[in-house]
Amino acid sequence: MKKLLKHRELLLVGIIAIMVAGFATRAPGFATPGNLANIFNDTSILIILALGQMTVILTKSIDLSVAANLAFTGMAVAMLDAAYPGLPLALLVVLAIGIGAALGAINGYLVWALQIPPIVVTLGTLTIYRGMAFVLSGGAWVNSHQMTPGFLNFPRVSVLGMPLLSWIAIVIVLLMWGLLTRTAFGRAAYASGGNPTAAVYAGIDIGKTRFFAFVLSGALAGLAGYLWVSRYAVAYVDVAAGFELDTVAASVIGGISIAGGIGSVGGAVLGALFLGVIKNALPVIGISPFAQMAISGIVIVLAVVFNARAERRAGRIILRDRGAKEVSA
Amino acid sequence: MAIEMMTAVEKTGAETFPVGDAAPVRRMPVLEMRGISQIFPGVKALDNVSVSLHAGEVTALIGENGAGKSTLVKILTGIYRPSEGEIVIDGQPVSFTSAQDAIDAGVTAIHQETVLFDELTVAENVFLGHAPRTRFGLIDWKTMNTRASELLHALESEIDPTIRLKDLSIAQRHLVAIARALSVEARIVIMDEPTAALSRKEIDDLFRIVEGLKKQGKAILFISHKFDEVYEIAENFVVFRDGRAVGHGRLAETPQDTIVRMMVGRDVENIFPKVEVSIGATVLSVENYCHPTEYRDISFELKRGEILGVYGLIGAGRSELCQSLFGVSQPSSGRLRLEGQDLKIRSSRDAIAAGIVYVPEERGRHGLALPMPIFQNMSLPSLARTSRSGFLKAANELALARKYAERLDLRAAALSVPVGTLSGGNQQKVVIGKWLATQPKVIILDEPTKGIDIGSKASVHGFISELASEGLSIIMVSSELPEILGMSDRVLVMREGLMAGMFDRSQLSAETLVRAATGNA
Repeated sequence: MKKLLKHRELLLVGIIAIMVAGFATRAPGFATPGNLANIFNDTSILIILALGQMTVILTKSIDLSVAANLAFTGMAVAMLDAAYPGLPLALLVVLAIGIGAALGAINGYLVWALQIPPIVVTLGTLTIYRGMAFVLSGGAWVNSHQMTPGFLNFPRVSVLGMPLLSWIAIVIVLLMWGLLTRTAFGRAAYASGGNPTAAVYAGIDIGKTRFFAFVLSGALAGLAGYLWVSRYAVAYVDVAAGFELDTVAASVIGGISIAGGIGSVGGAVLGALFLGVIKNALPVIGISPFAQMAISGIVIVLAVVFNARAERRAGRIILRDRGAKEVSA
Repeated sequence: MAIEMMTAVEKTGAETFPVGDAAPVRRMPVLEMRGISQIFPGVKALDNVSVSLHAGEVTALIGENGAGKSTLVKILTGIYRPSEGEIVIDGQPVSFTSAQDAIDAGVTAIHQETVLFDELTVAENVFLGHAPRTRFGLIDWKTMNTRASELLHALESEIDPTIRLKDLSIAQRHLVAIARALSVEARIVIMDEPTAALSRKEIDDLFRIVEGLKKQGKAILFISHKFDEVYEIAENFVVFRDGRAVGHGRLAETPQDTIVRMMVGRDVENIFPKVEVSIGATVLSVENYCHPTEYRDISFELKRGEILGVYGLIGAGRSELCQSLFGVSQPSSGRLRLEGQDLKIRSSRDAIAAGIVYVPEERGRHGLALPMPIFQNMSLPSLARTSRSGFLKAANELALARKYAERLDLRAAALSVPVGTLSGGNQQKVVIGKWLATQPKVIILDEPTKGIDIGSKASVHGFISELASEGLSIIMVSSELPEILGMSDRVLVMREGLMAGMFDRSQLSAETLVRAATGNA
C-alpha cells in the first residue's frame, strides 16, 4: 500500500504538471514561476485546512465545521482588531488559534464523550458556529478600513520572494508531516482509523485520539480564519461558505481513505494543489463559473472512483500473494 | 504440500466407523452429497465427504469446532461451490451457483446466528427478498401479513406479523427465523446449532416444530454439539473430524461413547512439540471472577512456565473471561493478583503495563491494522519503549520488528509492507510478535491456530512451547482438542459460563474433556 501511495502521489504530481502544461497552451504565462507561486499562495489556506481535515479523516471521522469555525474565528479577531487597534498582532493570531481549537474541542468532546457520530456532530456545529458568527457581528461586515494595516498586511509580507502566507503553509505542512509520522499521536491516528478494535487492544485510547484530531483541525481552522480575513480584507458571516467540502475533496483526491487509516501529508497537499490549479485555471481560459463548479464536482467524483479502485486492487494483491505462496509451498 | 502433510499425519489415527449401516430399508435419499471436497488456499476444509438425507428423518451432523460442518452448510446453501464432488437431489445432480439456486432446489437453512433485521416487521423479515407482489409489482402487504401469520401459526406461535423484530424476545426471533426458512418451498431444512441460544423450554418447543416438519416429510440436517439433544431428536448421525466424515449410522444402535471416540479419536502425542518445563511459582491468581452476563465464579492459578489450556464449546464464556483479564471488559466481582500483588485492570493499557497481553481470536478484527506496515503493527503497543523524547524512532521500531520477525520465522518481502498482504499464518506471527515485544509475564492466546495452515500451526505450537520454557506463563484458549491435549499442562474446562472442571496433564483425555464441556457425565 505504501508503494501504491507513493505511486499515487507521483501520479498526482504528473497529472498536475500535465494540467498546468495544458492550461499554459491556452493561457500564455500560466506556467511561469510567478504565476505558479501565486497559485500556491492562493491555495495555502486550503492546504492548511485540508491537513486538519485529513487528520480527522484518518481517525475514521470527518469535520464539516471547519469553514464555519474559520468564519467565526475570523470574525472574532477582525472585530477585536477593529475595536482595539492597539492589540498586538501576535496576540490576535494566538487568540485565533485558541478560539479555533476550543471550537474543535467542542466537536471532539461530543464525539468522544457522548459517542455521537462525527458527521452528525459537525453538521450541527457547522450551523451553530455560523450562527455564533452572526450573533457576534449582528450580521454586520468588518471592512478593510476598520482593520489595522498591520493586521491586513502580515500575510502579504514578502520573505525571500514569497509572501508570508505561503511560508506559513509550508511550515504547517512540515509540522504536520512530523506530527503524523514521528509522534505517538500520529501513529495512534492511523491505528484508530485502520482498525479501531485492534487499536483499543493495543492500549490506544481512540476517543482521546479523535478528540485531539478535532482540536488540531479546529486550531488550524482558527489560524486559517485570521489568514482568510486579513488576505481578503473583509469579514462577514458567510465567509468561506461551503469551503469544508473543498477540504474533504482535497483529502479524498490526495488519496486519504474516507474509511480512515490510509493517507499521507503529501497526498493531502497535492490534493489541495490539484483543486487550486483547477480553480485558478478555469477562469483564465474563460469557462463560466457555473461550468467551473460542475467541472470541480466531476473531478472529485473521478478521484473517489479512482481511490475506490486503488483500494480494491490492494485486495487482489493479497489473493495473488496467497496464491503464489501456495504454489511455492 | 501442506495438505499432504495433514493427510499423512491424520491417517495414523483415523479409521472410519460405519456403524449400523447394515440397517435395512434404504429408500432413495432426498439429498445426497457424494465425494465433496472443499479446498481453500492452504487448507482442505472438506475432504471427500459423503452425506445423505432422507425424507421425514433428522440427520445429526456432529463434530468439533473446525471439523468442517459450517463449510458443508455453506456448500448446501450455495454460498461455496465445492472443489470436487457432486450434490444429487432426488437422483438429479444439481449445481448451485448462488444462494438463490439452493433455495430454488428446495434447500433452506436456519443459521447459527440468525440473520434478521431489527427495524423491519416480522412479516418483512420472513419474506425479505421474496415478498409477495401486487399486479403492479408493489409489495402486497396484505398477503404478506396473512401468509406470515399462517406460517407462524403453523409453528404454534401467535406473534403479530406487523410488529417490529426488535420488540421480540430471543426465542421469538428464533421462531421468525424458522418461519423465514419455511417461507420458501423447502424439502431440505438445515438447522445450524439452532439451540445454542435457547432455554430448555424453548428447546422443547423447537423440537415439537422439528417433529412437525418430519411428519411433513422434510429431510432435516441438524447440527449440534449437545449429545442429549441429538439423541432426542435425530434418527441418523454423521461425524466429521478434520474435514472428513469419519462415521455415520443410526443413533438408536450407537452408544454415545462410540460417537465421542469418533469425534476425537486420533494420535495426539506425536504432532505436538510439548516440551517438559519445570513449573515455577504462581504468577497470576484469579479468585471468584464473575461477569454480569458471561461467566461466574471462575478461580484458577497460573504458574511460571505453565501452559493452561482453556477448553469449552463456543459460547462457554472463554473469550469473555480472557477479555476481562485483559481489561477489554470488566468483571463485576472477583479478585486478581499478579505475583502476589492485587491488581485492578480497567483498560487494556493497564493490562499491558502490568505484563498481561492478549492475542485475540479474530486477527483481522482485533489484532491488526491491515493497511499499516508490518513493523508499525508490531511496535504499536511498545511505542513508549521505541520512542525517544516523545518522537517515534523508525529505526528502533524496525529493529524491534526484525528481532521478533526472525524469532517467529516471519516470511515477508519487507517489514515495511502492509500486514494485509501477508498470508494468515504470517499475520498470526505478526500478532504474536507484537505482543511478545511488550515483554509480558502472562500471554493469553485465543485460538492461536484458528484458520491457519498445518505447517504454520506446527511452528506456532513449537513457539508456544519455547515461550513456556523461557518462563512465560501462557493461557491458551482453544476449541481444538488435539491442541489442548497436546500443549497444556493443565486444562480449565468451561461450560455455559461456569467452571466445569480443572484437569492435570496426567488426567487428560479427550473423553474427559468432551464430557465436561458438553455436560455428559
